[in-house]
Amino acid sequence: MILSPIGMLSPIDMSALTARLATLDEVKGRSLWADARSRFARNKAAVAGAIVLVLCFAYAFLGQALSPHTFDFTDFKIMGHAAELGRPNWSNGHYFGADDLGRDLFARTAQGTRISLFVGVIGAFISVVVGTIYGAVAGYVGGRTDQIMMRIVDILLAIPFMFVLILLLVMSGQSFLMLFVGIAMQSWLGMARIVRGQTLSLKNKEFIEAARAIGVPTFTIIIRHILPNLLGIVAVYATLLVPEMILIESFISFLGLGVQAPRTSLGALIAEGAKTMTYGTLWQLAFPLFFFVTTMFAFYFVGDGLRDALDPKDR
Amino acid sequence: MLNYIIKRLAIAVPTLLILIVLSYILMYAAPGGPFTREKALPPQVIANLTARYGFDEPLWKQILIYVWNIIAHFDFGPSYIYKDRTVNDIIAQGFPVTLRYGMIAFVVSALSGIGLGVVAAINHNSRLDYAAVGISIGAQVLPNFVMAPILVLVFTLWLGWLPGGGWEGGEWRYVIMPVIALATSYMAYIARITRGSMLEVMTSNHIRTARAKGLPMSKVVLRHALKPALLPVLSFLGPAFVGMITGSVVVDMYFSTGGIGKAFVDSAQNRDYAVMMGITLLVGILYIAFNLLVDVLYAWIDPKIRY
Amino acid sequence: MKHLLLTTILGLSLATPVFAEKYGATGEELAADQAYSYYMLDSAKSLDPNLASSVEDADIIRSLIEGLYEEDAAGAIIPAGATSYEVSADLTTYTFHLRPEAKWSNGDPVVAGDYVYGWQRLVDPATASEYAWYMELAQVVNAGEITRGEKPLSDLGVTAIDDLTLEVKILAPLPYFPKMLTHTAMFPINKKAIDQFGGEWTKPGNYIGNGAYTLSEHLVGEKLVMTKSPTYWNAASVIMSPITAVTINDENAAWTRWVAGELDRSTVPTGQFPRLKAEYPDEVSSNPSACSYTYVINLAEGKGNAALQDVRVRKALAYALDRNIVIDNILQAGQIPAYSWTPGAMDGFTIPATDYAAWTQDERNEKARALLAEAGYGPDKPLTFTLNYNTSEGHQKIAVAIQQMWKQTLGVAMTPQNFEWAVHTDKMHAGDYDMARYAWCGDYNEASTFLDLWTSYSGNNDTKYANPAYDALMKDAKTMADPNPNYTKAEEVLAADMPIIPIYHYTQVRVVRKDIKGLPTTNVLNTWYAKNLYRIAQ
Repeated sequence: MILSPIGMLSPIDMSALTARLATLDEVKGRSLWADARSRFARNKAAVAGAIVLVLCFAYAFLGQALSPHTFDFTDFKIMGHAAELGRPNWSNGHYFGADDLGRDLFARTAQGTRISLFVGVIGAFISVVVGTIYGAVAGYVGGRTDQIMMRIVDILLAIPFMFVLILLLVMSGQSFLMLFVGIAMQSWLGMARIVRGQTLSLKNKEFIEAARAIGVPTFTIIIRHILPNLLGIVAVYATLLVPEMILIESFISFLGLGVQAPRTSLGALIAEGAKTMTYGTLWQLAFPLFFFVTTMFAFYFVGDGLRDALDPKDR
Repeated sequence: MLNYIIKRLAIAVPTLLILIVLSYILMYAAPGGPFTREKALPPQVIANLTARYGFDEPLWKQILIYVWNIIAHFDFGPSYIYKDRTVNDIIAQGFPVTLRYGMIAFVVSALSGIGLGVVAAINHNSRLDYAAVGISIGAQVLPNFVMAPILVLVFTLWLGWLPGGGWEGGEWRYVIMPVIALATSYMAYIARITRGSMLEVMTSNHIRTARAKGLPMSKVVLRHALKPALLPVLSFLGPAFVGMITGSVVVDMYFSTGGIGKAFVDSAQNRDYAVMMGITLLVGILYIAFNLLVDVLYAWIDPKIRY
Repeated sequence: MKHLLLTTILGLSLATPVFAEKYGATGEELAADQAYSYYMLDSAKSLDPNLASSVEDADIIRSLIEGLYEEDAAGAIIPAGATSYEVSADLTTYTFHLRPEAKWSNGDPVVAGDYVYGWQRLVDPATASEYAWYMELAQVVNAGEITRGEKPLSDLGVTAIDDLTLEVKILAPLPYFPKMLTHTAMFPINKKAIDQFGGEWTKPGNYIGNGAYTLSEHLVGEKLVMTKSPTYWNAASVIMSPITAVTINDENAAWTRWVAGELDRSTVPTGQFPRLKAEYPDEVSSNPSACSYTYVINLAEGKGNAALQDVRVRKALAYALDRNIVIDNILQAGQIPAYSWTPGAMDGFTIPATDYAAWTQDERNEKARALLAEAGYGPDKPLTFTLNYNTSEGHQKIAVAIQQMWKQTLGVAMTPQNFEWAVHTDKMHAGDYDMARYAWCGDYNEASTFLDLWTSYSGNNDTKYANPAYDALMKDAKTMADPNPNYTKAEEVLAADMPIIPIYHYTQVRVVRKDIKGLPTTNVLNTWYAKNLYRIAQ
């Protein structure tokens, strides 16, 4: 196993470093990933998480095809009598039961899970990319750049997010794409602040100072040396962001700006189920919540496995 | 450092001005206005309202008047919906409420979150770790709109221990459920960030050295590992603290606390411009203040940090 | 006029105090605890009668301030601040005799000048009251001109002849003018309170009212507390105190807190009425309410959806909408299916027999399919349009169900579009929609409060529907001794043109503890007075 240079250097190694840095970067690049893969494969919880995640994705994308009902068909016989007639039932094809309007919950949960996974994963992805780069640049470059970049973050944190969403959705005519834009616009701010904090501390580490001393360009330092050391915390925060995005979407739906009926999302299904949970239709909460919790656990174990696998120090 | 703080405070003024201008533009660009009614108001009534509240002035002038009234009279304007109240009234009633349950929720979530995170990290991949992680995921995926009704069901309907809502000046029985509903998801974040960060710190050189020297685990954690591990937690806690003390709309709605979390969403939905600006400004000032505090604390955690 | 005087006399006898110390109005023994708490969906927005605009505001102001007349349990008027009135022969001058013993909470007597001040303040452009138009609707002389700033306040047709005599001049005979006096906009105001405290006068401690209660606490978003006023002229008959209005924005939370015993009166969550009624038969009830729910169609030229300009299409959609499903399967609280616009519960109004109301749903569906085919829509040329609704679980459920009805019976592709409330309302007023959800509640207990809406000159007619025959019927009705035949004809015109698709008439669902008495059940405007409530011993 090749020792990664990151974090393992003592000040004594400084002279050796200057000679090794240039070549090591490439070597490290390949071996780190191969190494990570094998370490990930050995982590049972992570592998189990990955399998569950694949199953959830399979359900989200294929579930509607497996159901004899479509997600928007309202059965007028069940409508209004969900507590008695809408119970989960194999014989009538309502495997997860029906909602208050007599719509099939199996198909709706599949459709909702798909939208929520989209929102969660894409929202988290955008926030990881934007937030990490933004935070790393602000933290590393520092000074006036940092001041301006972080005050922009302060302003965006305080600005009434609801109005941004209202405007986006009104201007775009309720486009689903705008929902992503809106969510992503808000979500990277927390990431940017965390990454900047880490970068402030990282940039005084010996190996960064060394790199600077030998004249490695700023951009290269950020990409090659700062970002890899942020991966751990970014991975943790990213797994936190997925459920956050899904819940933000449900808050936006609560305001009437999110996914348009008859389509739904996991968050909206859970909110609906929670409202009626004492009225004898607990399955309306249980199934969506089960998929939400399961996918979140799966995401966590995969994310944690990735963190362990990618952490260059943790052997 | 003192220089830096002064510089930051100086830059806060233009930052807030930009916030005001941007929010004004956003508000005015959104469809509807404070006098949008399902039963449309007659034109002469709209005209009188417009004149009374000065909406007939051009936008730039309204902003100037707004800023001037704040500077000269500390007057943030009237509410256009709650017509016998001013923005100052609304914040004076609602902010102490959210401040109280938010502060308690902050302490609860920070202590339990950091505790859980540390326990999970030092017992990495053990059952204790999985249990701690399980709790934190559970806490995060049970959103407060599910948590609130469950809490009421258990503590009010079944056990009859706590009132189902109200505030009564912040008497402790009325504070417990709002605190739990608010604190859980923050606790989850804090626990997970602490755990992740702690894991990294535990494998760093100086901790390995400390452990090699045979120091007991508790000492290693408390004396050496915890402080550097808190850096990313702190980054999260700054904005989170502001989020908590300015309240949550779900908590305010479900528990009838009368906090500004609800007042804010209400003002946005009603296009109650001045109230919304007032709360936005409050939130902005708090973000600026606490992000500055976080930056100062960075330097305490890592004395090498320079700005 | 005769029946009005009769109710005046009846009202007098009702208003006399009856064994208030120990017994309720019907002689039951009273409980020791006479505190009352009720649920409000939203906080009171203003307690200033001139600035108030919501139902919650009015419910509270009616306890704090008393107007000339108030409503009895059935909605008929009974004397309050006035003891009686006379009308001139031409029916345009009203003379009210004020109650000499009435006092403000600061000890001042209530004088005619307080009414003059309150009414002038309502129409004063500087007040910018949202209900300034109400005075104009009541036809009080010069109300509109003053609001528009064309005449001075003193020109308003209201004069204090002496301290106990108030004279009101209206433009033309208006049979329901006395009924309009129960509205909070027509309440007197104590000038001293406003001179002393300005905009702060509605705060607890500052508030000066002449009603049965005084304001003790007002915490927006939490609660509002009122206690019995010792200066009220009929304080001896007031039983319950304190009255607490609790703000709960979530109807499920409101229900839970009622079950937990924290409220005397609360609401029943949508769709749960039958189940909860079975569980609490004596407490849960559903009463008619003066509100109608409808889908309006944009008929403005060059706007909206061209297909919906065809009356056959509009009729087909109206027929194929199964109102019984909306009511029995979604709302489930005894709402009344609407095949015409005005609720049958309005005083003196009978729902006209529109043709399709009598058909079975199968007949309606068949007719609808035929009409749609006639208009040229079918499988190869499907009808598509959008329906706007504002954020609410109930609106969404109804929209989704109706979308499925039209899809399943007519093959029509309607797309429901959810907008935030302000955006929805703005789009409607701007005529930027195909079809939109709308609801209307009456301001006073008379059918014109509904039917005036669809005249071409109404400021609230967002359909831009214009039929001269309809306008003429409504204009003529204003001065008729019995306008009801005209109202019925107007409904028929509406059903023939179908600019709106009426869906249902509201009911008010509520849950009230068994021992609470005195809450009216037949008042369609849901007007109630805390001073009439009491709790019996059990």
